[in-house]
Amino acid sequence: MQWLLVAVIVFSTVVGDLLQTIEMKRIGEVHDFRPGRIGALLAELARRRFLIAAVFFMAISFFAFMKLLSVADLSFAVPASAASVVVETVLAKLLLKERVDLRRWAGAGLVACGVALLAL
Amino acid sequence: MRPDRKTRVFTLIVILTQVLGNFALSWGMKHEVEGLSFSPLAFLHAILAPYVLLGIALLIVWLLTRMTLLSWADLSYVLPVTSLGYVLNTAIGKYFFDEKITPARWVGTVLIVAGIALVGTTSARTTPVRVRES
Repeated sequence: MQWLLVAVIVFSTVVGDLLQTIEMKRIGEVHDFRPGRIGALLAELARRRFLIAAVFFMAISFFAFMKLLSVADLSFAVPASAASVVVETVLAKLLLKERVDLRRWAGAGLVACGVALLAL
Repeated sequence: MRPDRKTRVFTLIVILTQVLGNFALSWGMKHEVEGLSFSPLAFLHAILAPYVLLGIALLIVWLLTRMTLLSWADLSYVLPVTSLGYVLNTAIGKYFFDEKITPARWVGTVLIVAGIALVGTTSARTTPVRVRES
């Protein structure tokens, strides 16, 4: 049960973040922060299918995390979210074609280990 | 390479709204809501408690600013850099919820900060960025 929930959390977090990144890159760099423009941007975000799907996956991840906290300790639950940092970095390179150099790999690895240690 | 001002400002907002949002939410769930059941009415009641509501509002701001940041910055940049929130959450846990900080947690904190510093030296964007026509 615990591991199933961890798998659901990692999977839905990863899918949600990938969808968000893909769609936001399609929308393009936001640079106009006047109130009227922000309103127009929000209206546009609410219509984008990938973003709606992303929010759906984030909600699954959130509720699975709540459920995990009710059956397992925080020290088990938190490292689960650390795992998604590594998985997402790999997929950012493979799918999103981001340039992940040595420093970024090392940084992501350190962060993941650090988050896992925080739970101890 | 030092990130530009917009990237720094948005990273900061993403971190702060997540930490404060989580804090308000867990404070509200602990002090304002008793024994959450899954009936719709109880759920609605819980959501309308002031701290819970504040937490939800902050997390909506978190989601939107993070999406905006992702409109120009790499996911593999945003993810590690915004994980400073984990450290701040630990600090808040110690201060407000009187949790103990073990040596392992200190080591974890140092590793996270080192990881952030490393990723922070890389360029925030490595893919072509579309400029939004507005």
